[in-house]
Amino acid sequence: MPDLKLGGRRAPAPAPEPQTVEMGGYRRVAFLGGVYSNHLALREALRIARSRGVDAVFALGDFGAFGPHPDRTVEILRGEGIPAIQGNYEESLASGAADCHCGYTDPRDNHFAQISYDYTRENTAAEHKRWMGTLPGHIRLTIGEKRVLLCHGSPRKINEFLWRSMTPAPFIRKLLRDFETDLVVCTHTGLPWSRLLEPGRGVVNCGALGRPANDGRTNVWLAVVEAEGGGLRVDPVRVDYDHERLAREMEAERLPPEFVETIRTGWWTSCLEILPAKERAQGRY
Amino acid sequence: MSTAVAPDYPQAPLFALDTLWFQVAGTLCNIQCAHCFISSSPTNRSHEMLSLEHVKRFLAEGEALGVKEYYFTGGEPFLNREIFEILEAALALGPVSVLTNGLLLKPESAWRLRRLSDGSDYSLDLRISIDGWDAATNDPVRGAGTFDRILVGIRNLAEAGLNPVITVTEACEGAATAEGRTRFLAFLRAIGLTQPRLKVMPLLRLGAESGRTRAYESWESLRGETLTRDEAEALVCSSGRMVTSKGVYVCPILIDFPEARMGTALAETLGGFELRHSACFTCHAQGLSCRT
Repeated sequence: MPDLKLGGRRAPAPAPEPQTVEMGGYRRVAFLGGVYSNHLALREALRIARSRGVDAVFALGDFGAFGPHPDRTVEILRGEGIPAIQGNYEESLASGAADCHCGYTDPRDNHFAQISYDYTRENTAAEHKRWMGTLPGHIRLTIGEKRVLLCHGSPRKINEFLWRSMTPAPFIRKLLRDFETDLVVCTHTGLPWSRLLEPGRGVVNCGALGRPANDGRTNVWLAVVEAEGGGLRVDPVRVDYDHERLAREMEAERLPPEFVETIRTGWWTSCLEILPAKERAQGRY
Repeated sequence: MSTAVAPDYPQAPLFALDTLWFQVAGTLCNIQCAHCFISSSPTNRSHEMLSLEHVKRFLAEGEALGVKEYYFTGGEPFLNREIFEILEAALALGPVSVLTNGLLLKPESAWRLRRLSDGSDYSLDLRISIDGWDAATNDPVRGAGTFDRILVGIRNLAEAGLNPVITVTEACEGAATAEGRTRFLAFLRAIGLTQPRLKVMPLLRLGAESGRTRAYESWESLRGETLTRDEAEALVCSSGRMVTSKGVYVCPILIDFPEARMGTALAETLGGFELRHSACFTCHAQGLSCRT
């Protein structure tokens, strides 16, 4: 056998750093996860965020997918001037990619992901796709005394899934160290959770506005993070909206009945294979 | 005058040590599969069992490096007398996958695993290997009578409320096709898995498998190839290392090759690796991932 350990040559190029925008300091902030074209939940989420007296609202990408009329969601976000980062959907739509780069590994999951992506791509205005291409990959801000980094999947990869049961404390410590932050806020998985290692240090997944959290309930979630006594307090906030109206719009657009079932029942019917053991066990399918 | 040597093989850097593997049962197994790429058997002692103490030393090093998940394989992990204590120690630090043939999973073991799972914040995945949807397809690969005994293990886990990932290799002909997957998922539902999880793996033409079918041929090589970052990230060796009784290896596949041993402590193994082996071709060309 030849020597397998000749190090140091022909390494692939390092990933380009996503563009990062520095924003200001805040006391109380709402974070919106994947909207997946759920324009009805988005409107309600903005109303709830304002009623809770937040200083700012940020959107963490994946505005399209799954739901109907993707332009409606983008028009709300742009019209309200909500600062936003790219999700894998925006990255794919802006670059003209053939698929969503969601990161699924199962043929059935990829089949449904492709239906979502093709529908969204065909129904998103060119001007909105161009705007998506101008969005940063990361936003940095402070809440109280804590540094906060917003990303879509994880700070190191736009489509890395950070599930609660697969994101252990030692790994979180490494992320915070590598990316010089106290808090990472992400989405991409569609399930809300947080793990704080100490007050104000950890990861918050703000969940998704686009579809329910695979718990048999029809509501969706956002997250509010506020400064509290030198640390941070994280509140997952329930968003109830007219899900029956969304289901009818999806049917009128001939989106898959499996997607409509999820909106009506709160149980996921796709993206199942990517779920880790604990998260899978909590769902019906 | 110096002459630059043209590089022949692409390099996989270690982007981060996300996955830490343990050859927890060495190469000792209670069966002897015809396609085993490390020829595990009841008598193969080329890698020995790992003790709890040995595993704990590497768990501590992995924790400091920010490891994201832990994998335990063999051989057959449940031959290791300390396996439950080992899994408990790992589950305190992160999610765990165990790769098993399922033959030793009696009801009391299944319930003990359930309690370990419930006691951790992190996922415990059991991955059970089977190589067909009936004894006629499975038993020639995994051994006479194994099909029925594997099903007992799967059912014991299911009764304890654990939902294993069923792993099938392409030794089961057609398993990787859409029809094959559909047939397999129907089979798993029929044996009582209400949320069937299936992973189909390509074969590695090493060890026993090189005799069952064929060994690698010279064209199966990454010589002269270049990898994009995404392609490199997809490789197991760009985010993981394997601990055996003999040291730390680049990946779970190449533990029979001394050149793939990178050091005695994780800290010595964080550099890149040149993809010279034919098995590297399988990982790249067929998208083989050992991850759950």
